[in-house]
Amino acid sequence: MKKVLSGNHAAAYAVRFSRAQVIPIYPITPQTCIVEQLSRFVANDVFDARIIDVESEHSAMAACISASVVGARTFTATSSQGLSLMHELLIWASGARLPIVMAEVSRAMAPPWNVWTDHLDVIAERDTGWIQLFCENNQEVFDTIIMLYKLCEMEEVMLPAMAIMDAFILSHTLEPVSMPDQQLVDAFLPSYAPDIAIQQEIPMVYGSVVKPDQYMEFRYKIDQAMRSAAKKIPEIEEDFKRRFGRSYGGLVEGYRCEDADVILIANGSAVSTARYVVNSLRDQGKKVGVCKIRAFRPFPANNLVELIGNAAAVGVLDRSYSFGHGGAIFSELRGAAYGRTGSPKIKDYISGLGGRDITPEVLKKIFEDLLVGSKKDTEIAWVGLVGEPLIKNIGGDE
Amino acid sequence: MPQLSLPEYEGVTPGNLGCPGCGANLAMRYLLKGLGKRVILSIPACCWAVIPGYFPNTALKPPVIYTAFETTGASIAGLRAALDIRGISDMTIVGFAGDGGTADIGLQSLSGAAERGTDAIYVMYDNEAYMNTGIQRSSSTPRKAWTTTTPGGKCGLWKREAKKNMMQIMIAHRIPYAASVSVGYPEDFIQKVQQAKREKGLRFIHALSPCPPGWRHDSSKTIEIAKLAVETHIFPLFEVRHGRYSITEKGKGLPVEEYLRRQGRFSHLTNEDIEEIQEIVDRNWEILKKTARVMVEEIY
Repeated sequence: MKKVLSGNHAAAYAVRFSRAQVIPIYPITPQTCIVEQLSRFVANDVFDARIIDVESEHSAMAACISASVVGARTFTATSSQGLSLMHELLIWASGARLPIVMAEVSRAMAPPWNVWTDHLDVIAERDTGWIQLFCENNQEVFDTIIMLYKLCEMEEVMLPAMAIMDAFILSHTLEPVSMPDQQLVDAFLPSYAPDIAIQQEIPMVYGSVVKPDQYMEFRYKIDQAMRSAAKKIPEIEEDFKRRFGRSYGGLVEGYRCEDADVILIANGSAVSTARYVVNSLRDQGKKVGVCKIRAFRPFPANNLVELIGNAAAVGVLDRSYSFGHGGAIFSELRGAAYGRTGSPKIKDYISGLGGRDITPEVLKKIFEDLLVGSKKDTEIAWVGLVGEPLIKNIGGDE
Repeated sequence: MPQLSLPEYEGVTPGNLGCPGCGANLAMRYLLKGLGKRVILSIPACCWAVIPGYFPNTALKPPVIYTAFETTGASIAGLRAALDIRGISDMTIVGFAGDGGTADIGLQSLSGAAERGTDAIYVMYDNEAYMNTGIQRSSSTPRKAWTTTTPGGKCGLWKREAKKNMMQIMIAHRIPYAASVSVGYPEDFIQKVQQAKREKGLRFIHALSPCPPGWRHDSSKTIEIAKLAVETHIFPLFEVRHGRYSITEKGKGLPVEEYLRRQGRFSHLTNEDIEEIQEIVDRNWEILKKTARVMVEEIY
């Protein structure tokens, strides 16, 4: 069955198909339609879940954590300021090793107030121990949420995860979304039955004090789990593909990258635009490709380095900025590529902050900039600033 | 066989990390005596996050989930929802938080839990300051008390503001049951816990818990001081069931000086200070008595 759904409603349907049990909710634009839709499902008795109308996103995550300790499958959704408010508890959720899944609609941070897409909210949470998967379209939002429950609840993972979609570009745009039969989802994703859940018979303490002689091991195990997740994401996707016929490339997906001189690395909805631009430039004989970063955490360093290995130049489209340094994907990619022989020149293109459109024309100019190559050793450019050249180079030898 | 007036069950084991004479230790002990088994505790940052001991040991018999400082109200909501959907209905969920974790940083999530009628008992053990971090002022610290952040000094900057009235804040949420208890009155404490257990929805218990290091009194005086707080009407014991007030310990109405002069945190008080406190305590006692005379029916 296909339905025409916004990204938000696709997320809500995926949560229902995943049979989430406890869903603390709090509204924030542009995520609100997710929790409205989930409330309607429950109100119309087509979905057996406990919704808790909490009084903040902070409490939403706190309630998810306690519910998950009891062994319930949990979900919440947020965006921007709401995600930042959760920060403390995001770290708590991963530290407590709880498989909470969240839909995160990436949106700019205030001030100035702006409800449009921007990745700073997500990037600012990269060290919290959450698996972070960016989605390119509404079908991917739907499929990713189901796959994330499967991933997060695996014994060797047991970490929380967020499925990320761009504000409005996905959250409020209607696309056809394929819905599987519930039985097929149930077969793929059995009910959650953790080995350790709070119970009276064997009283346990969850999260007590540990001294310096024990703390590091807990952290080390989170990293081991994140590394397991990097292995499991492609495996789960293979399984998903066999059952449902769709896949998204695992951690990263190259599109026409094999013989490309120039590769643009992007994430989220901009990847679709980049695919279109790559096709039209290929028609003109230009050897360009796009590489989609699906997983930001775990960061697919080796896959990326391998994909860009033969290119002469690589551009990174960063939809956020770490002030005083550069874009996050750029920084991490450059760190991953450092010391590898023949690693290409990498340039950062800061684009689309606060919902500014990343149009085919803009991406075409970026590809051209990469194909020409800069004489000066600039590494970072801001794209599309009003009153400035379209590609405004900063830093380097400028 | 002599008849014990308290249940025999001990939910707190000996050898925990509580200070000598810790009032909060007794509060937990009486709470668990009142509730018996089938309890889940949610405990935020507070003394009781440390008292049970280091991983992997615990001095508590019920299962415990530790939660972030400001999240007890949300945590008990998550616990209840998860137990509900898993079909477990015979567990009493208890949020057990200090006065800072309740009246300050945790007030929002507690208010949310109360407004939603979360089916759980919330105990605020009140040692009248941030004691786990070493005696800093909270909104529950009484007027004129010394703490490390109201140190007096040359300018005489002791706590200037009144103690926040958590009972009235919770009663205003129209919860089914709110009660004040003191570790100096174990029978009253346990009876109220048992009454709370019989109710549905969010039940609130305000437990006065003297803190020898913070209040600056000898660890042997905890019970005496916990009793004097009630005898002087500084901390009246009462309960509100569905809107019906009952004062459960009338107290002798001893001069507040009897209570204040036994604690180092009030050692700087002048006679004028004590007179001022006496006036306020008398007025508050009159207000409570008048309210109790009027609010004699269960109205919600």
